[in-house]
Amino acid sequence: MARITLDHLAHAYKPNPQGPQDYALKEINHVWDQGGAYALLGPSGCGKTTLLNIISGLVHPTRGRIRFDERDVTDLPTEARNIAQVFQFPVVYDTMTVRENLAFPLKNRGVPRDRTAARVEEIARLLDLARVLDRKARNLTADMKQKISLGRGLVRPDVAAILFDEPLTVIDPHLKWQLRSTLKEIHRALDITMIYVTHDQTEALTFADKVVVMHDGAVVQTGTPEELFERPAHTFVGHFIGSPGMNILPCRVEGATAYLGEEPVSLARAYRALPQGQRIELGIRPEFVRLQARGSGLPVRVRRIDDIGRARIARVELGGRVVAASVPEAFSVDGDEAALALDPRQIHIYADGHLVAGEPAR
Amino acid sequence: MNKTLNNKAWFMVLPVFALVAFSAVVPLMTVVNYSVQDTFGNNQFFWNGIGWFQELLDPSKELGGRFFEALWRTLLFSAIILAIEIPLGIAVALAMPREGWTVALCLVLMALPLLIPWNVVGTIWQVFARGDIGLLGWVVNHLGIDYNYTGNSLDAWVTIIVMDVWHWTSLVALLCYAGLKSIPDAYYQAARIDGASRWAVFRTIQLPKMRRVLLIAVLLRFMDSFMIYTEPFVLTGGGPGNATTFLSIDLVKLALGQFDLGKAAAMSLVYNLIILAICWVFYTVMTNVDADRERVEV
Repeated sequence: MARITLDHLAHAYKPNPQGPQDYALKEINHVWDQGGAYALLGPSGCGKTTLLNIISGLVHPTRGRIRFDERDVTDLPTEARNIAQVFQFPVVYDTMTVRENLAFPLKNRGVPRDRTAARVEEIARLLDLARVLDRKARNLTADMKQKISLGRGLVRPDVAAILFDEPLTVIDPHLKWQLRSTLKEIHRALDITMIYVTHDQTEALTFADKVVVMHDGAVVQTGTPEELFERPAHTFVGHFIGSPGMNILPCRVEGATAYLGEEPVSLARAYRALPQGQRIELGIRPEFVRLQARGSGLPVRVRRIDDIGRARIARVELGGRVVAASVPEAFSVDGDEAALALDPRQIHIYADGHLVAGEPAR
Repeated sequence: MNKTLNNKAWFMVLPVFALVAFSAVVPLMTVVNYSVQDTFGNNQFFWNGIGWFQELLDPSKELGGRFFEALWRTLLFSAIILAIEIPLGIAVALAMPREGWTVALCLVLMALPLLIPWNVVGTIWQVFARGDIGLLGWVVNHLGIDYNYTGNSLDAWVTIIVMDVWHWTSLVALLCYAGLKSIPDAYYQAARIDGASRWAVFRTIQLPKMRRVLLIAVLLRFMDSFMIYTEPFVLTGGGPGNATTFLSIDLVKLALGQFDLGKAAAMSLVYNLIILAICWVFYTVMTNVDADRERVEV
């Protein structure tokens, strides 16, 4: 049980890194609270797995320290940290039964046999593996194997955190949901810190209480799923989370009015001191852009309308750029000319990709 | 599924059939033909039925005696070769580097002995092990050990075994290395997290993952050592006495030295059957390993 602190942590795979471009993981300061369910979300190659391997001790960071509570573990090897990890591809020991697999970490640590047996039974019940305890592990399906990997972590009573490295990649779609709920249940039952690496936003948002979004080796935002949705701190977060992602449009801002080309859009906040010489963009989620009949609002040309089940999303053209907008149920498009209404409270202004706070407009 | 039946398809296998007939079936049948006849030269043959086989498989007869002696000798040789080369090959594979420029260097060095023609290997060791001009023989003799592979049976055996280990351990090592390379990193990482010792990693991850290449290595090394001919023929010629006369050497002595075609044919057929039987056992074991893998249960 521990709080994990990352203190000015950075990692480069090359020796003698010069500039920030050499770092696979740029400087990060973060605290993972005891008992939290975290997701580390980002596209492939953004440094998520590097960060995970640093926490578990498989990779030694170039700079910075890692602390479990107050104990500095930066130089400790993996086996000396109370960490368990579940990998992308299920790892089971082929020659052993499920029971022997689960007992393996305890056996290696010299735990007495009777205590091991009791603990294995307990964990097997928790993971619903009791029926297969005496089967050879290699003959089981991928989701069972993933449960065994998880079980080998859970079986250690001292385990401080469990790290998941895209654990559902090889699981059949209909079992993914089931396994994810098992994870949630175990998290609730055991009060263990869980860090879940994924590039799948659905997995991240449904699993985690707090999501850490990474991009290009750096953390761009940490927040609850709601925060990431409602106030993306970076255009990358806006674009990466949500389907379809946030509309990002270059604009010019004067006080509480933004200009998309020559069309004015009124804002709920005023931006007086925007930095000079930076790229200014307006961001708004498709959920808050409504398609309506031509006459009021921004005139657009409708390209196509997709029915994505719970809603209809229109792809429209605005000043040469494609914008996604939601189509109200009652609305039917006549021809390809229509207009957009933007909810001013949901418009965010970004300077060089970063959210600008603004102040309430009078 | 609809299957089309067309007997013309048989013509497609005809070329292969003809090739196999000429390269294998016809020569083999000639041997079978010899094995049931006796000849006194002059191309005159007399029917002998299963006489040669009876003589061959009866250790109290002259032919049977030398056959079983050579057979046990060959089996002992194969057993020693496997007992040394398999563990040594695994050890070498484990010690080989995983990445960096040394990998290529290692692979080339390991492959070198495999590229040398077999009779050259025999010649190399014949010279190398000589007491007067060979480096090995000279050094061993000057260390105070009386060593002479042409006069002492034990020395001859040791020399042949060391030569074979030098020649073929690379093959086992390379096969094991390929097996080791195919193990994903995640296994080693999981083992570290589980606190496994070096020995436990070997027992629970590396050895099971190498199981299939090891089976192939054992099969190849058994077959090759069981059929060994060229190197001991060049090195010792089967001597001193009959000490290193393995089955293949004995067979050649019988067929080409004494020109006993009938006896030699019977012996080569039995030799062949032994090898086939062992191959079949290996094949069964290997397919069972695979079948076990496929039995996925819910």
